[in-house]
Amino acid sequence: MKLKFVGLLIGAFVFLFPFYYMLIGSLQAEPDPSVGGAFPSPGNLTGHNYAEINQSIHLGRSLLNSGIFTGGVILGTLVFGVLAGYALARLQFRGRGLVFNLMLLIQVVPFQLLTIPLYVLIVRSYGLADSYLGMILPFLINSTAVFVFRQYFLQLPAELFDAARIDGASELSILWRIAVPLVRPALLTGVLLTFIGPWNEFLWPFLITKQQDLQPLAVSLSNYLTTVSARAANPFGAVLAGACVLAAPAVTLFIVFQRRFISTNLSSGVKG
Amino acid sequence: MRSRGPLGRILGEHPVGTAFVTPYVVFLAAVFAYPLGFAVYMSFHDYFFAAPGAIVERPFVGFDNYVTVLSDPAVRRAFGNVLVFLVINVPLTVVLSLLLANALNAAIRWRTFFRVSYYVPYVTASVAVVGVWLFLFNSNGLVNSVLGPLAPDPSWLVNSSLAMPTVAIYVTWKQLGFFILLYLAALQNVSKDLYEAASMDGAGRWKSFLNVTVPGVRPATTLVVLVATVTGANLFTEPYLLTGGGGPDGASASPVLIMYQRGIEQGNPDVGSAIGVLLVIGVLALALIERRFVGREES
Repeated sequence: MKLKFVGLLIGAFVFLFPFYYMLIGSLQAEPDPSVGGAFPSPGNLTGHNYAEINQSIHLGRSLLNSGIFTGGVILGTLVFGVLAGYALARLQFRGRGLVFNLMLLIQVVPFQLLTIPLYVLIVRSYGLADSYLGMILPFLINSTAVFVFRQYFLQLPAELFDAARIDGASELSILWRIAVPLVRPALLTGVLLTFIGPWNEFLWPFLITKQQDLQPLAVSLSNYLTTVSARAANPFGAVLAGACVLAAPAVTLFIVFQRRFISTNLSSGVKG
Repeated sequence: MRSRGPLGRILGEHPVGTAFVTPYVVFLAAVFAYPLGFAVYMSFHDYFFAAPGAIVERPFVGFDNYVTVLSDPAVRRAFGNVLVFLVINVPLTVVLSLLLANALNAAIRWRTFFRVSYYVPYVTASVAVVGVWLFLFNSNGLVNSVLGPLAPDPSWLVNSSLAMPTVAIYVTWKQLGFFILLYLAALQNVSKDLYEAASMDGAGRWKSFLNVTVPGVRPATTLVVLVATVTGANLFTEPYLLTGGGGPDGASASPVLIMYQRGIEQGNPDVGSAIGVLLVIGVLALALIERRFVGREES
């Protein structure tokens, strides 16, 4: 037991130290890569790096773009994903098995490989470059979330639905009035799962946004990292300040709702 | 209960279900199926960017794009790099995530703290974490100051034989939390009786880990290996940012990075698509081999 605990402790250090170092680095006036620099020294602390990164990439605007991108995907997943998950779990209709297998198949298609055709279609054919719609479209419905919704709807007792149907309720009102209120935890899990996709996504928004005022934070920060930072006074400090701003919402959400993201939620996926 | 008439037999008991899944099916067709077919089409044609609406001829060229791709040393190197990546990343991921999940599964203090700290890297944007790794693994960064005279020269990310392994370790670290959660779920299904039987037979803790736990989570191991392989084949952000575009001198370039450079930066979507199709074929072949190898004792 002692051995396991020590192993876990070392693991936790390896996982958390870079985040601690990110925070410390973002507050240093002068980058200090020595061992002593890993501890905060009052003389070397400043908020200047945050001002610097804010000046170069307009943090507020970038955060707003990230928020719209992520919000659009979450909305699409909640509306269309819940409908699909409910139908796959509780309704008998032609083609249900086909749609379900398609959903599983999608999980193994590496998205990056579709990058070139999607770029040609969305940017060149539909002219959706530099638009929120073009950014959101390929991510609109998160298939993992659809799968989670389906699993939760499956667990509800069948009598509930039979009774409502005998009373003549339409499927849409059964879904909205009975099923959705009972699977609120699933909705939260779905939102969390969906959140990290677009919030952290880099390649796709990087490809389709050339206008700086439409770029999500992940894209504008990486542009700063690859082009501007070389000319800055304390490039690491500014990059790390931006990194803290980008990391904070996701890390906070997952710490606050950590109970929603535990093995039991995923176990249904493993058991298939 | 409604009785099923002839119409019900054709459309199913609840035809409204079709309407409910239609948006999702349209989405899958538009974002996955059609682009997949389109990629294959482009890879066999002389496809180039043209002004929207312009009618241009894009003749069928057979395997020309594939010949271009396969005779390009940069592409061959990128495929070799991703193999190096997988050889390091996949076994390391399986061993570390199983060991940590197994330790986490015991009744241990601070469980919640450990679990949360393990998936923090997984939920954080790679772009953000890359910043701090650059700071840590810089020539005069903290890692080298701790190592002192043992620090490699040239440093990690600019050393042509260490760049790809460093990227592989970075990705292992970043994704490990997700795989730990998968193993934690799988461990709940291993029967407690088997552990008791093993300890009755006088097996120590390590023996029962090898003889009960490892075979017990084999289906999860198959899944972990497959998901890690697909994730590795998708590698783009890390070589683009961590090693400044696959440096030094292409030593850490990944197929997706070359696909982006050829297909979009240099304006040859046909060549880019051919790289993508080859990558899919490679991943499928690898996945089949892995399934054979890892899942061999499954009935």
